[in-house]
Amino acid sequence: MLSRRIIPCLDVRDGQVVKGVRFRDHVVMGEIVELALRYRDEGADELVFYDITASPEGRSVDRAWVERVAREIDIPFCVAGGIRSTEDARAVLHAGADKISVNSPALERPQLIDELAAAFGVQCVVVGIDSLRDADGEWRVRQYTGDPSRTQALARRTLDWVSEAQQRGAGEIVLNCMGSDGVRQGYDLEQLAAVRAICQVPLIASGGAGAPEHFRDAFAQADVDGALAASVFHSGAIAIPTLKQWLAEQGAVIRCQERSAAPGAH
Amino acid sequence: MSVVLVDAGGTNIGSVRYALQRLGVDAALTSDAAAIRAADKVILPGVGAAAPGMARLRELGLVDLMRSLTQPVLGVCLGMQLLCERSEEGDVDCLGVVPASVRRFVEQPGLRVPHMGWNRLQRQREHALLAGLGEQDWAYFVHSYAVPHGDYALATTNYGGEFAAVIARNNFHGMQFHPERSAKVGARLLKNFLEL
Repeated sequence: MLSRRIIPCLDVRDGQVVKGVRFRDHVVMGEIVELALRYRDEGADELVFYDITASPEGRSVDRAWVERVAREIDIPFCVAGGIRSTEDARAVLHAGADKISVNSPALERPQLIDELAAAFGVQCVVVGIDSLRDADGEWRVRQYTGDPSRTQALARRTLDWVSEAQQRGAGEIVLNCMGSDGVRQGYDLEQLAAVRAICQVPLIASGGAGAPEHFRDAFAQADVDGALAASVFHSGAIAIPTLKQWLAEQGAVIRCQERSAAPGAH
Repeated sequence: MSVVLVDAGGTNIGSVRYALQRLGVDAALTSDAAAIRAADKVILPGVGAAAPGMARLRELGLVDLMRSLTQPVLGVCLGMQLLCERSEEGDVDCLGVVPASVRRFVEQPGLRVPHMGWNRLQRQREHALLAGLGEQDWAYFVHSYAVPHGDYALATTNYGGEFAAVIARNNFHGMQFHPERSAKVGARLLKNFLEL
């Protein structure tokens, strides 16, 4: 049985991991490789690094830290932020990332998804979607969410974009529900379930994790393949080994690894 | 011991190389026939599609060479699939050193393709490549095509049915998952290969 994945997300700015609330007011959480190693040792199934300022600033990911992570880390990791061409993606993948995630640039130019899938295979191509429910009850996509002054509401419905992204070659969807992000009240199960119903590729929940029950509910009720979280892991509010053990006891298929060796034993 | 990584254009070459470095082995990346022939161990990593992978080996003039190798060879992910006779992906003839035909996962309700994430390895046969592997150890997979279960399978994995996760035929070996991204389990299996 394929396990459900627990995925710490590390927002990267200027070579450090930061975390904001509702995408604002970022504070420094720590050094990239150090945090990555900590999560690996704790049993994270995968890591996602978002270079949160790359896309708004119109630059691509700094590949030096990608390579440092790849040298040290023996679990898969995905890199997002400012990848707007196959050349950008190739640099990141060749630096050692397993997957690349595109968000704003794919909204600017959806053909980018087709090009990435053709060049590297769908398994490398993650489409990140920032989504918020509007006053009319419809979920719609947001763009440039890394920079509050540039964040834009788009006319594009989230469900339409999920369908299109898959058709174009997305191998995985990360759905960040902005309404619940950073406030630790739980994932947006209604929205995740709606997307799950039309999503044939792996779906990762993002935004809102605050308690172990939230992970359980995302797996059990929205049938997501993985759950991504940042602040609860960075702050130590939820310890990954305890979380995974508890989820396994709740009946989720979870990779509970052998007792973790001392850091550096790898 | 000399280990070479065959540069068939896969994007995971760097990751495999780093994994070997963590095991204390500096593997050279090469597409040079003489260097490959002379190596103690040959690894064919691969991420991507079968047809471009084979096209690249053909371009480099390495198809017959790869088939004729007698030292331990390890194909990783697509590299394992290229060891087989044929792949449905692009309907292409592969190296043919393992008698199997690579097939796409058949879509069924709840079965998402690609098969992406951690899944269990089920030992099918005793083999030095599996030394130290637990009964139900986890490995990290990312693929849409798979090698069917057969007598060449040392370990299988279940995803909508059993498929071959670790294979061996003569000196040719394959791992469908990514040992370089499968934490301690992957490191152990890579180490086992280096010690064959």
